Amino acid sequence: MSKLYSGAEIVFKCMEDQNVDHIFGYPGGAVLPIYDELQNFKSIKHVLVRHEQGAGHAAEGYARSSGKPGVILVTSGPGATNVVTALTDAYMDSIPLVCISGQVPTHLIGTDAFQECDTTGITRPCTKHNWLVKDINDLAETIHKAFEVATTGRPGPVLVDIPKDIQFQKTKYSKPKKEKKLNGKSHNQFNQNSIDKLIDLMSKSSKPIFYTGGGVINSGPKASELLRELVYATGFPITSTLQGLGSFPGDDNQFLGMLGMHGTYEANNAMHDCDLMINIGARFDDRITGKIDEFSPKSKKVHIDIDPSSINKNVKVDLAIVGDVKTVLSSTLKSLKQKKSKFLKSNKQKTSKWWEKIQKWRSVRSLDYIGSEETIKPQYAIERLYELTKDKDSYITTEVGQHQMWAAQHYKFNKPNRWMTSGGLGTMGYGLPAAVGVQVAHPKKLVIDIAGEASVLMTIQEMSTAVQYNLPIKIFILNNQYMGMVRQWQELLHDKNYSESYTAALPDFVKLAEAYNCVGIRAKTPEELDDKIIQMLNTDRPVIFDCMVDKVENCFPMIPSGKPHNQMILGPKDQESKKITGKGKSLV
Amino acid sequence: MPNSKSAYSFSNKKEKFDTHIIVVWVDNEAGVLARVVGLFSGRGYNIESLAVAQVDEKLKISRITIVTTGTPQVVNQIKLQLRKLVPVHKVADFKREDKAVIFKEMALFKIVGPNNKLEGALKACKKYNPVLLDKTKKSNVIQITALRREIDKMSKDLKKFGLVSVSRTGAVAMTRGADIFK
Repeated sequence: MSKLYSGAEIVFKCMEDQNVDHIFGYPGGAVLPIYDELQNFKSIKHVLVRHEQGAGHAAEGYARSSGKPGVILVTSGPGATNVVTALTDAYMDSIPLVCISGQVPTHLIGTDAFQECDTTGITRPCTKHNWLVKDINDLAETIHKAFEVATTGRPGPVLVDIPKDIQFQKTKYSKPKKEKKLNGKSHNQFNQNSIDKLIDLMSKSSKPIFYTGGGVINSGPKASELLRELVYATGFPITSTLQGLGSFPGDDNQFLGMLGMHGTYEANNAMHDCDLMINIGARFDDRITGKIDEFSPKSKKVHIDIDPSSINKNVKVDLAIVGDVKTVLSSTLKSLKQKKSKFLKSNKQKTSKWWEKIQKWRSVRSLDYIGSEETIKPQYAIERLYELTKDKDSYITTEVGQHQMWAAQHYKFNKPNRWMTSGGLGTMGYGLPAAVGVQVAHPKKLVIDIAGEASVLMTIQEMSTAVQYNLPIKIFILNNQYMGMVRQWQELLHDKNYSESYTAALPDFVKLAEAYNCVGIRAKTPEELDDKIIQMLNTDRPVIFDCMVDKVENCFPMIPSGKPHNQMILGPKDQESKKITGKGKSLV
Repeated sequence: MPNSKSAYSFSNKKEKFDTHIIVVWVDNEAGVLARVVGLFSGRGYNIESLAVAQVDEKLKISRITIVTTGTPQVVNQIKLQLRKLVPVHKVADFKREDKAVIFKEMALFKIVGPNNKLEGALKACKKYNPVLLDKTKKSNVIQITALRREIDKMSKDLKKFGLVSVSRTGAVAMTRGADIFK
């Protein structure tokens, strides 16, 4: 007879077989049997966070930077509810997470027991799938299936809720079954015919554009390689969503920068005026499309996505290719080489006028800002940070707000999996714990959280985690004392009624750093900025960098609400030339 | 420019709503109905009626029939979103006007009154396969099977015969002929 294992042991046996090496968690009553077993599984290292939301975001950072699923272990009740924000965040941004939560013993379920909550009920709408394990004999199979669901197709979070009595019970362990199809749900549903159609559209187009998103990153590093190959083989311009940054080199001439609400003038205008839009792994999000009725009115649209429900959800497309980006791109490249081996040459002429137009848009220099010698402009701070770190293979996380957009605009990414930001859900407080997760996955690399002072305070307690595990993350705070993006919207849309967007009692971040036993650095002037950044980079410990920036700088360019791509507001320079003073800056 | 004061854009387009019958085959496991119904409420889809029961005891498959309304785009989304759920095996979609599909609902009517009224009620139901399930001196329970709008009509018409209680199911559907939905 084969050996019997307790439920708690089975949890770790499963993790071993799923090649899990780090889990992020927080103990509590309903998971104590699992925590009791932790010491017997040396290959699995536990990172103790300070709040379960932190565990979730750390697991997200770990997953996004490594391509492996992030694993979370939390207790019942508040442990589970605290992780809901992170699960929802991962659901929106398609990040594979496996969350194991403890539950009160099965005989107490439904009795309003201590620290009981309906975890599977609460997390049902924010996971791909979840399970309440009521029979020990289902446990191993369920956990293996959880990993499969999280990582296949469009990735996402899953949750397995394990009652405490199940953790104690014993049964045989079963290894994962290979290649079991999920109700026959296959991911590649395209055929050669659609690839031929795509190539036909490409060869007929004189104003094409690639519009790429997080799907390219999720498809793995090979997908980014193939994307580069395809973009170079066609000579087409390419723009990327917030989540797709890094899949194509940010400093390449064919790259038009990010598109969308705070995207570049050239990217948005090219999207509006193109005659062929090839969407690769993006989802026509409302921050991207602007006014949907006037979105790219003259183009044929191709949509490559692994999730069939993304097709025609927001924007009707002319050609849908349902499949994994990597597989679709490799078929496309193969066909392109066979049928149109001289595509680039023959197409250069055809798209030359288009490129001229793009150059004209580029010459507007929409990311420019008015510099200052007295105060640090936030854009300048990001530029300097980029210049001083671009030779290191650095990983950037962000919080949510103006700093996030400036980071996306001014930091150039050349590799996938180097940029971790909360896009879909827009979770303030994401960046610091995410940086913890990234540093756990890449101990020797430079990991920077570009933060805002308001966001970072939402999960600042995770500094304590960083210190405990010697994770030398750098928290680079663009401190303007405002919730900058809220302030900007209030300025532009609510008649400068800055209702509750100023934080009057901020902590002293340098002292705060010292209290956490890490290093605090403050920069007040542009003159000292470089030296201070270098000082930060030379510190092999966690750093909180308090970068005091211009308090009222706005993030431009910007598509105002309810407007299409070709009606952007450009920066203050543009407004000055139109005789609109800084004070009168509002939507015209 | 009129200030919309919103971070989101609004569409003024009005599109036609169609009625569709969506049939979903699912694993009969805990919470599966909540997943399906939660998908509808969470994404703002309508449910006009719902019928669900296990149809395969061995494979533990339940069949859920949902009557819904929406624009073609929304109905398409409903199908695609349903197919993504892990316990969902297959999803069928029929337009209400579809002649190749049979739709039926069942209703129970309780009539209380003198004999002539009870008989009148039974007579009024004649077209809809009435079955007299219970009879006392003062009351009848009549079962009919019919379309939604027919049952709507009967619920009104029977009032004059002393209708005191109505209980009805959601629609169930099946294709005509030898073919089954794959």
